[in-house]
Amino acid sequence: MPLDAETRPIFLDTLRRFVAETLIPLERQVAETDEVPEAVWAQMRELGLFGLTVPEAHGGMGLCMEDEVRAVFELARASPAFRSVVGTNLGIGSQGLVMFGTPLQQARWLSGIASGAIVTAFALTEAEAGSDSAAVTTRARREGAGWVLNGAKRYITNADRAHLFTVMARTGEAPGARGISAFLVPAGLPGLQIGPPERKMGQQGAHICEVWFDDVLVPDDALLGAEGAGFRVAMATLEKGRLHIAALCVGAASRILEEAVAWARTRIQFGRPIIEHQLVAGMLAESQAELLAGRAMVLEAARARDAGAPIPLEASAAKLFCSEMVGRVADRAVQVFGGAGYVADTGIERWYRDVRIFRIYEGTSEIQKLVIARELARAPQPSFNS
Amino acid sequence: MKVLVPVKRVIDYQVKVRVKPDQTGVDLANVKMSMNPFCEIAVEEAVRLKEKNAATEIVVVSIGPQAAQETLRTALAMGADRGIHIVTDDIVEPLAVAKLLKGVVEAEQPGLVILGKQAIDDDSNQTGQMLAALLGWPQATFASKVELAPDAATVTREVDGGLQTLRLALPAIVTTDLRLNEPRYASLPNIMKAKKKEIAAKAPADFGVSTAPRLKVVKVTEPPKRQAGIKVKSVQELVDKLKNEAGVL
Repeated sequence: MPLDAETRPIFLDTLRRFVAETLIPLERQVAETDEVPEAVWAQMRELGLFGLTVPEAHGGMGLCMEDEVRAVFELARASPAFRSVVGTNLGIGSQGLVMFGTPLQQARWLSGIASGAIVTAFALTEAEAGSDSAAVTTRARREGAGWVLNGAKRYITNADRAHLFTVMARTGEAPGARGISAFLVPAGLPGLQIGPPERKMGQQGAHICEVWFDDVLVPDDALLGAEGAGFRVAMATLEKGRLHIAALCVGAASRILEEAVAWARTRIQFGRPIIEHQLVAGMLAESQAELLAGRAMVLEAARARDAGAPIPLEASAAKLFCSEMVGRVADRAVQVFGGAGYVADTGIERWYRDVRIFRIYEGTSEIQKLVIARELARAPQPSFNS
Repeated sequence: MKVLVPVKRVIDYQVKVRVKPDQTGVDLANVKMSMNPFCEIAVEEAVRLKEKNAATEIVVVSIGPQAAQETLRTALAMGADRGIHIVTDDIVEPLAVAKLLKGVVEAEQPGLVILGKQAIDDDSNQTGQMLAALLGWPQATFASKVELAPDAATVTREVDGGLQTLRLALPAIVTTDLRLNEPRYASLPNIMKAKKKEIAAKAPADFGVSTAPRLKVVKVTEPPKRQAGIKVKSVQELVDKLKNEAGVL
């Protein structure tokens, strides 16, 4: 449900203040300790951030896509590690259940996901199943009234904090996507093991780990959606997920550009602020124009989705453009800051590293291009929007 | 006990204020507005009193243009129960505000009124005191701690040189200082629920109060720019300048 004209600005204002007053001052600490403080997790729970996309009937806010991306524009103004705290709960962690869960499964999990009492993780990626995500080899075999899972997942966000995993595992002999089912696997089951957090290029504070399943027994009602429909569960949440990441890129770009502009207005070289030097001004102007273009793409796709239109092409296009855009914006920001941008103190080099992953996860730029081209090839007419 | 909390919509504390070129006031066009921070502290204090069961109902009131309703909604989202909006586009001076609030107090009969000690736009620091005088109620200004008993409030005040503790018979007026509490962020679900809370619209005339200004703003200017300092070469030179130029030694 969309927020009304009076509620929306209060909601976004509150979020912006929380980001400015609480999250941004902690960015450096989080990067250095590789840990989002417990108090911040608690505050994010109190604010209701885990439940933005969970329906109101289950204790969430049931935001429409446009409101969700506007919220993400704000949240993403702080280090992406903070967004990662709630990311999976907003995406497949809740949406798989919303779209495919039985009333019983929904009743069991959704209110906890909305409150943040339950942190979710999504376990699809494997060593040999990255962009080719249908090549999953983790298996689930029927045993009595349940299923037994075996296999290994990697790069699983929040795995070390998660209470509930949505696991993609092969259940049948059907090749590729058709043989995959989705399972709701609570943490702490015998045979379920979590590796230590990986050391990464950026986004310190957000953890990704390996997850191993060694004869993990789950009951029959752990199956989410129909048997063999696991990939449908994952794909159904993709449009939303890609738009969410695109919005994340827009929010990050707006913050990075703001920092660059503030610097360029005060940094004096050759007797005047460097924003008055045309080559510097040009970089800032390009970043601003691209940022606005990305923002417009995200908002338009979100509104189209809210109006009920399928938007696989638009979501991929927004994800492709915005993730590449924020990379350029961050790169120019380092250039505008000069030596100070390369030194860790200003935080700009951290942003430069943090945004690099956006071109990789939730579908690489190359995969987005394939999706867009595939849609073009089969659409009855080119999608220029009427 | 019912608690009344007046709240004011002001220019946001993070905005860099600019004076209008004709020096008649501050430029408010397209400037972000939000609840006065001292009023936020007042709302927070009332909500905490309610959470401790020392207060039963929190009524928030704002005097200002239509947009002030957003400020009331924010207070409702923080935990106030209902709002009263006295709608006016005039700039209402502290005395008129106090008279309007007196009208609200007489209608609502609260046991306690908590206000910000001042608004960050005009920094008048007058409304609470004037309201206390008009009502003939005891007042404790610049509160850094408030404790409530059924018939009395114990208030710690920040005064020059230390703290002063007052005991007031209720009903009473309390104005908040910066260190009273740290206001919460309204939770997002509560922001949505606030939509369903009641805000009663009133006009100054409903209280028989004229909002016509009694003061005339002659001129608004920016503070003078700080002059650059000077560097001295030695301690002797410094002492000499302090003695003979600055005259502080």
